[in-house]
Amino acid sequence: MSKAALLLLLVLAVRAQDKPLGLGRPATAAEIAEAALTVFPDGRGLPSGSGTAARGRAVYQAQCASCHNDNGEGRDAQYPALKGGIGSLATRSPRKTVGSYWPYATTVFDYIRRSMPFDHPRSLTADEVYSVTAFVLFLNGIVAETAEMNAKTLPAVKMPNRHGFIRHDESPVSRARRGTK
Amino acid sequence: MKAPRRKFLALSAALTASCKKAEVPSESGAHMRPYGERAPQEQSVRIIRELSKSPGTGSSRTPLHEIYGIITPSALHFERHHAGVPAIDPATHRLLIHGLVDRPLSFSLADLKSFPSLSRICFLECGGNSVGDYSGNHQPTVQGSHGLLSCSEWTGVKLSRVLAEVGVQPDAQWMIAEGADASMMTRSIPMEKVLHDAMLVYGQNGEALRPEQGYPLRLILPGWEGNTNVKWLRRLEFTREPAQSAKETANYTELLPNGQARQFSFVMDARSVITSPSGGMKLARKGFHEITGFAWTGHGKIAQVEVSVDNGQTWALAELQEPVLSLALVRFRFPWRWDGAETRIMSRCTDETGYVQPTHDELLSVYGPNAGYHYHAIRPWRVLPSGEVVSHV
Ligand code: HEC
Repeated sequence: MSKAALLLLLVLAVRAQDKPLGLGRPATAAEIAEAALTVFPDGRGLPSGSGTAARGRAVYQAQCASCHNDNGEGRDAQYPALKGGIGSLATRSPRKTVGSYWPYATTVFDYIRRSMPFDHPRSLTADEVYSVTAFVLFLNGIVAETAEMNAKTLPAVKMPNRHGFIRHDESPVSRARRGTK
Repeated sequence: MKAPRRKFLALSAALTASCKKAEVPSESGAHMRPYGERAPQEQSVRIIRELSKSPGTGSSRTPLHEIYGIITPSALHFERHHAGVPAIDPATHRLLIHGLVDRPLSFSLADLKSFPSLSRICFLECGGNSVGDYSGNHQPTVQGSHGLLSCSEWTGVKLSRVLAEVGVQPDAQWMIAEGADASMMTRSIPMEKVLHDAMLVYGQNGEALRPEQGYPLRLILPGWEGNTNVKWLRRLEFTREPAQSAKETANYTELLPNGQARQFSFVMDARSVITSPSGGMKLARKGFHEITGFAWTGHGKIAQVEVSVDNGQTWALAELQEPVLSLALVRFRFPWRWDGAETRIMSRCTDETGYVQPTHDELLSVYGPNAGYHYHAIRPWRVLPSGEVVSHV
């Protein structure tokens, strides 16, 4: 049986097995809309609004540079660099940054919106998040300074490491022992 | 190091005491207290590493060499926070469940405590435990090298039981779990795990969760990478696809030598370590010493632990403390007579799937030096003729 079929059986079994106890209260559409902060790779969850790197530069200087340095170089070990390292992943000294490592531009938006600025997260407007996301992508040479980022264009941005991730449930050591790469 | 010095002091105190008569007090003792404290002589503490200026952000490590049995006292449980420890009012905290469900619902803590409850002892290990060992940067003590590891009895409700209320739809493949820390950390969890043994947890070792462990509500995914066990849980969204959140792309992925990275590498592979004698300790004399430590695996039960006291040339079975629980720490013991010569001691475990803990060289040959997570190789300790135990191999 395929994994998907097994999962379907499992879901159906769970649905059949426990009768609801009537606990919890219905969630309103408004509270779900407010809480649902996740942005998915296909763009679902992106708010309306837009921004460009040109506009993001000012947001970056005011909100981000104090920790991530003037041009995203990072500071100390504590404040990660936001650019560089493209092409370094297979070398002896790989540098993992938004530009070199992150597979989806939507993740950059999601993370900046939910977690940054580190000391007062979720304080930026949607336009500011689009703009500063565009600026970080621009620092990495991924989008042009004037390219408009919005709910349509951001998911279409091709990140350099888009296909750099693999998923195997089996441990790599076991695979190597079996002679599988 | 503090710990061995404490042992030494205790030893000299014992020697002096054995010449003196133990005093039995003639006056009645201290008053009772509503919430107990340990004896003032007991000083075991976590090592804290704060990474940034945000208070509480960083990690703290469990003193594994000073733990008895398999349960980590809640006050000594390791921590890893990405944006500090939030102060959450349990009276107003809610869990929202939505997405691919028939009935989106919001639960209070009282609601969740009304479900049939469940307790389970299981280990929790940070995916980044011992990451320094990839690059040969060995921490001097087992607390430093392995201390992002703890084991608790967790109490809560089976997640699948709660999902009966919302009616998860058959096309849901992933569950996105979100915390109420300042960074609202999120991870995507495959449905198989959600339905198999995931728990919503409010209790730890007989009392409420500690704030550092997600008070008042956290996710527990037995045997899975610590970061997926989302703390301060506020939202579960059911979807067809993973969120590809920062903590499942930028972090908690293993970069392999070919430049590809292993993603969604949830299960913690079989691992063991000798906690005594271990780095920073000193053997006071030749002769009998009990070797003891922990073994654990995210793939079920530990089948056996072997110990070598001769640099890995020969191995013998260690005794496992019963009961051996699935997905929990297992305590092993091995009697040893030290002849005073320099040697290396180490443990190696095998889990019920037959997976044998790899050597450092074997692990590196597969993961390379920059994987960053899921280090789980055999850890030798060098015993010097002076009795000192050191971590450099
Ligand atoms: C007070 C300091 C501070 C400020 C201000 C700040 N950050 Fe950060 N940022 C951090 C820290 C610390 C981390 C690492 C967090 C972690 O490891 O979980 C981080 C991580 C990031 C990352 C992830 C990098 C990676 O590769 O893992 C991005 C992207 C980012 N910040 C963008 C921004 C942007 C954009 C702003 C401005 C809107 C900003 N930050 C403001 C401290 C800061």
